[in-house]
Amino acid sequence: MSGIDPELIDDCVHCGFCLPACPTYLLWGEEMDSPRGRINLMEQHVGGVPITPEMAGHFDACLGCMACVPVCPSGVRYDLLIEQTRAEVERSYRRPPWERALRTLVFHLFPYPRRLRLLRGPLRLYQHPGLRRRIRPLLPAPVAAMSELVPPIRPRIRLPRVVRARGERRAVVGMLTGCVQDAFFAEVNSATARVLAMEGCDVIIPGAQGCCGALSEHSGRAEEAARFSDRLGEVFTRAGVDAVVVNAAGCGSSLKEGSPLRERAAPLAFHDLTEFLMELGPRAERHPLPLSVAYHDACHLAHAQGITAQPRTLLRQIPGLTLREIPSGQTCCGSAGTYNLFQPDAARELGDLKAANVRSTGVDLLVSGNPGCSLQIASALSRAGVRLPVAHTAQVLDASLRGLSRKALRA
Amino acid sequence: MADRLGELARRFTGLLGSDSVITDPVRLRTYECDGLTVHRTTPGLVVLPTTAEQIAAVVTECVRTRTPYVARGSGTGLSGGALPRGDGVLIVTTRMRRVLEIDVVGRRAVVEPGVTNLAITQAALPHGYYYAPDPSSQQVCSIGGNLAENSGGAHCLKYGFTVNHVLAAEIVTPDGEIVTLDALDPGYDLLGAFVGSEGTLGIATKTTVRLTRLPEKVKTLLAAFESTEAGGRAVSAVIGAGIVPAAIEMMDALAIEAAEASVRCEYPPGAGAVLIVELDGPEEEVAAEYAQVVDLCSEAFEIRIAADDVERAAIWKGRKSAFAAVGRISPAYIVQDGVVPRTALPEVLARIDALSAEYGCRVANVFHAGDGNLHPLVLFDDADPRAGARAEELSGAILDLCVRHGGSITGEHGVGVDKSRYMPRMFSEDDLDAMHRLRCAFDPWNLCNPGKIFPTPRLCGEVPGVRRGVHPLVASGEAELW
Repeated sequence: MSGIDPELIDDCVHCGFCLPACPTYLLWGEEMDSPRGRINLMEQHVGGVPITPEMAGHFDACLGCMACVPVCPSGVRYDLLIEQTRAEVERSYRRPPWERALRTLVFHLFPYPRRLRLLRGPLRLYQHPGLRRRIRPLLPAPVAAMSELVPPIRPRIRLPRVVRARGERRAVVGMLTGCVQDAFFAEVNSATARVLAMEGCDVIIPGAQGCCGALSEHSGRAEEAARFSDRLGEVFTRAGVDAVVVNAAGCGSSLKEGSPLRERAAPLAFHDLTEFLMELGPRAERHPLPLSVAYHDACHLAHAQGITAQPRTLLRQIPGLTLREIPSGQTCCGSAGTYNLFQPDAARELGDLKAANVRSTGVDLLVSGNPGCSLQIASALSRAGVRLPVAHTAQVLDASLRGLSRKALRA
Repeated sequence: MADRLGELARRFTGLLGSDSVITDPVRLRTYECDGLTVHRTTPGLVVLPTTAEQIAAVVTECVRTRTPYVARGSGTGLSGGALPRGDGVLIVTTRMRRVLEIDVVGRRAVVEPGVTNLAITQAALPHGYYYAPDPSSQQVCSIGGNLAENSGGAHCLKYGFTVNHVLAAEIVTPDGEIVTLDALDPGYDLLGAFVGSEGTLGIATKTTVRLTRLPEKVKTLLAAFESTEAGGRAVSAVIGAGIVPAAIEMMDALAIEAAEASVRCEYPPGAGAVLIVELDGPEEEVAAEYAQVVDLCSEAFEIRIAADDVERAAIWKGRKSAFAAVGRISPAYIVQDGVVPRTALPEVLARIDALSAEYGCRVANVFHAGDGNLHPLVLFDDADPRAGARAEELSGAILDLCVRHGGSITGEHGVGVDKSRYMPRMFSEDDLDAMHRLRCAFDPWNLCNPGKIFPTPRLCGEVPGVRRGVHPLVASGEAELW
């Protein structure tokens, strides 16, 4: 029995409207690397064809960016299909040894903030140019690819357990600190907490949150994902919050999806930061930030959560800030969770395309709502020799609310 | 056969590189059908060329080994025109997607065959131009496929079909030669014969298309009627008044229901039919025609006008996604494509209703009302094995109805494999023979997209060659050879 629902497959009428939305179709122009073609592969498997290495390769090559979901006139739930398919691949297909080794490494490292933090020391050493030159050739290709993505390691910021609202309290919210965000973008987390507090929220930040399970969920490891999200659910429930603000697109989309396996996170309401702030309405004074910025739509915000207007509105509310659109903005940057680790070549090509499109806007600053995208685009920009700072929406808001100069955003 | 394909695969790998030749059975099967899924055949071999020279080389090899081949663009066709051959080669143009030139002064664009219809417009827009023919699948379908099918679209009422917008095409002929057909060539209108030949006369490798100036003013209105008859009367009145709207499209209640379910287009509730009328041109002309159209739509119970591009897009979204949207309200369906004289619209629609009741199949109607091009969507449940056959029968009966009313079995989706059996209902033996002789003149071996258009397998009895003696028509002085 395959774990892929044939009824979901039947919804596809083969119209092909998904093709131009698909980043891998854009790259390779092949049917089997398009959503329609992948659904055909799923159909073959459901019909009794075992998962071949070729088939698994095309499923793995899917970024899971979900750009095909909103454009489908027939309402095919490709998001569910690819998730079921990835689980099926994990269940019934044995990957070659080096792939298994890499996956083991990734899934025993990234969902564990403490382990990631332990890497900060060695990585800081590695970022010393002299050392890097010598060590890089010795690393296996995927590890080298990973190391390239790491932003400059900055001192760690410890967040307090509770950040009190400024002025009259309007809400009490939990805050997800995340894994990558916590280890490499701690300043994004502190900016998020400050923005929420300045807008009148008591922010509860429980320690030992662990991973939300998104990385595992999006890679077909449903049980592992459920373990993580259950734990997370318990942590926040114990902390006494019922609404949790998330500042990473992938985590937010995974937590909102819910799954029958993941009951303990279910009673909690998860909101993306920008969605939450828009619902709350602006109260704190916005100070001018004379900047031109481009906002990058993270796939798991735009396609998976339908959040495109909120961050733009929040940015436009900042006096002096001009917002520009990135050409082909709906195409994935190639980060896609673990994609740039497992499919480095395709990720690199998509990153380069994105960097070129970002560059064409001529802005002072790129804003993104997802740490993975920020890592990916920043590394593509630096590859292209473009010096363009990348900031999280929270950091831009934080700078405006605190009346900092544009230099605070290194722009 | 396997040996021959194996040998070809090796040759093609040498010519195109290994990542442009697909031989793995699982991968091959993803190319088993185009937008029409009832016909499926896994191709023997798929190649993804990037240049005209590569296509010519592939075709030459196919001819040498007498292997049938089929060209395919984005695979969105609705008549199975790009249905592959199990014993043949599928030549896929999706990697040839460069816009080679935008010539604003000459008002033309030169594009590779895999470029999508909409991509041409996007490339021309910054200069104030666009590519006029707009099939509903325009963001996906390729210009190569548009040429093969002579694709239409909502705005073809005023601006004409693909054939009216193609100025020249570089093609690979069925014997592997690269030639350019130009609308300005003296003699036979070979370009005219090529466009709409459904891939049987060669493969377009480079197309020069006309660019159209963006109109000064566009006005789009949505009129809701109680019934399709009332809507049909409005269409006849508008055209009868001498107005040529850029588009005039109708959707009936079931099609509206599907579109609502899919894209939440929020058309007026309770409408038995909606008309989308788009007027474009100089500001004064549009204003005058607009007043007239509103007047002529007096039976409408609600008329909405798009205030801006966003609202215009919202109105069109419901129409353009209607086919695939029907997937939301029915497990399976057949998209039919037939044409009737505009004046016969009310009668034909009423008859389709009666047929629908008779066969026990729901029929949704979406159509280009201005030129009488119907797209009845016959809904059925594919879980019931008899339902498919019944729907198929009803779908055929609708085509009979079109032909009986002096119409055609296809307006823009083509004949392909799906409608070849209906060809004798519209054309006599002599007609078919004449068409077939033209086809043989291009492709004497019957290798280029064989099995399409013609109802029964025909062989090229008369192999083209140098005519000996004087042609009878020349001898009689009726024709001149040059």
